[in-house]
Amino acid sequence: MNLVELKGVGRRYDMGDVAVHALKDVNLVIERGESVAIMGPSGSGKSTLLGILGCLDPPTTGIYRLAGEDTGGKRPAQLADLRCRRIGFVFQSFNLLVRLTAVENVELPLAYAGMAPSERRKQALSVLGLVGLADRVSHFPNQLSGGQQQRVAIARSLVNNPDMLLADEPTGALDTATGREILAMLNAVNKRGTAVVVVTHDPTVAANMRRTIALADGVIRSDRPNLPPAPSGAVAGTIGP
Amino acid sequence: MNAFDILRTSLRSMRGSPLRSALTTLGIIIGVASVVVMVAVGAGTQAAIREEIEKLGANVIMAIPGAAFDGSVRLGAGTRPSLTDDDADAIASGARHVVAVAPTVAGIVQTAWTNQNWSTSVYGVNEGYFEALDRVITDGRMIDEQDVATNAKVVILGATTAERLFASTDPIDQIMRVNTLPMQVIGVLARKGQTMDGSDLDDLILVPLTTAREQLLGRTIGKARSVALISIKARDQKLVNSTIEEVREILRFQHRLGADQPDDFRINNITETARVQEESSAVLTRLLAAIASISLIVGGIGIMNIMLVSVTERTREIGIRMAIGARPSAVLSQFLAESVLLSVGGGMIGAVLGFAGAIFADIYLGMRIELTAEPMILAFVFSALVGIVFGMYPAMVAARKSPLEALRYE
Repeated sequence: MNLVELKGVGRRYDMGDVAVHALKDVNLVIERGESVAIMGPSGSGKSTLLGILGCLDPPTTGIYRLAGEDTGGKRPAQLADLRCRRIGFVFQSFNLLVRLTAVENVELPLAYAGMAPSERRKQALSVLGLVGLADRVSHFPNQLSGGQQQRVAIARSLVNNPDMLLADEPTGALDTATGREILAMLNAVNKRGTAVVVVTHDPTVAANMRRTIALADGVIRSDRPNLPPAPSGAVAGTIGP
Repeated sequence: MNAFDILRTSLRSMRGSPLRSALTTLGIIIGVASVVVMVAVGAGTQAAIREEIEKLGANVIMAIPGAAFDGSVRLGAGTRPSLTDDDADAIASGARHVVAVAPTVAGIVQTAWTNQNWSTSVYGVNEGYFEALDRVITDGRMIDEQDVATNAKVVILGATTAERLFASTDPIDQIMRVNTLPMQVIGVLARKGQTMDGSDLDDLILVPLTTAREQLLGRTIGKARSVALISIKARDQKLVNSTIEEVREILRFQHRLGADQPDDFRINNITETARVQEESSAVLTRLLAAIASISLIVGGIGIMNIMLVSVTERTREIGIRMAIGARPSAVLSQFLAESVLLSVGGGMIGAVLGFAGAIFADIYLGMRIELTAEPMILAFVFSALVGIVFGMYPAMVAARKSPLEALRYE
């Protein structure tokens, strides 16, 4: 069974009298455990596509099946549960809650999933250990470097054991070296069997994925596997024990 | 996300901006504090009136002689000595719901004991007086039927009079002078204090009705058996008005008044007067409390306003929470809990301030207050309601946001 199945998906935004077609008739299949880069110039619809894949925003036309489940017609609460169970998000600007410590940020998806406090603390701590932040669990986001914050965000996205990790320019706000660390970490996540979808316009980042989808004007222009072996910018990452 | 998580999250975001939280809840604080103060002062006033009624004697009506009408000159009330012992007896045997009837004569006398002397009011009373006017004896005994029948030269002292004449000596069984008459002290009345207009209810002496009439006051006013007033105690507050009617019928019959003739006496319902006062004060209290609760509503609007601002400011946070799996209901509860915490916190601070304000009014402004749990509980419940009602809309705005748009909000 395919993890993601988009059939004729379109997204239209109505801005007063003008209808903007951010996506038009997108057909796409992503299998479990794949790693995919979505590229394209700004305005090409890649963020819209990410929003649809992440169940943050329903398509106006077409069908989106996530793990075989049709997401059409689902209520906001059901979509929230889907996101909670199946999808982890990593953003360019980290999007950590500034009033919560690292471990509290990581615990949050478990809290929304209804896990008991003692258990979710245990699980959050172990995932923070995996991303190498065992000694920073009680720090607030503003006490962490950008790379550390992004690692907290990755821990938060992984803590529910999602089927798919969606990353929106995950290295965009980081220097090159730190960016590489984060990429390595995403690769490691992918090796453990989680599908990783990265939206980027950085070719180095895209080259780290096994497949690249190029969008332009709301349609898929190309969809092809990247050539192995990975270019010199690629980093072999490891994650945890 | 259990209730504890929600509460902790809300507390944390309130602590994040303490000044704003304090200002937001100020309206509730002021509203609750003023309700508590108003109710405390109002209840205090009512309690004072109730006590006044008890001092005057509960459920007592008084029949006094009418004004004499001499040609065209009308004299004051009581100048026509129309009431007598016989009238009192007729009331005692004829009125159904009467527990005590006390015909009384009154005057001013000079009292003396050893080298002390004191001018005071004297009341000639029968055995019914004590029950009718709720007077009790702290020492000795009351005047009984036999004292009245035998013109006994016995006297009961009011607490003030006892102090003036006897100071620290035990007055019981002492022989004192009332005008020139030697009389034996048989009892001292329990203290009642002052009425609202300041007259001392303990500056008096009581003697048997017959003794007063025949040996102290002379027979200057009218017939041998005339009295200055008759106090009548009804069995129950509800029976006061019907008793007034009965007493009127009995007195008119006694005085052989025809249907076209006016009453030659007056009946005062003193407790009724006080009760009307109490009721109007209760109405005023409720009114003031209602006005004060309007500020609770205004406080609620303040909370709503700030919560709306806060929801907008935290749009991104809402987006993040939704992206990682928060249902709309979880977002709703988070913001609703915040506004309820603000208003209930304000309610508690307001209750404490109101409590302090009422005590301040008591100590420094000399206002009588009565602190009860009721207004505090009410204010608490009301402020929680205000939090729910005025927090609901901002919370719904938060919960209905589109996750994607919220995430992109700058």
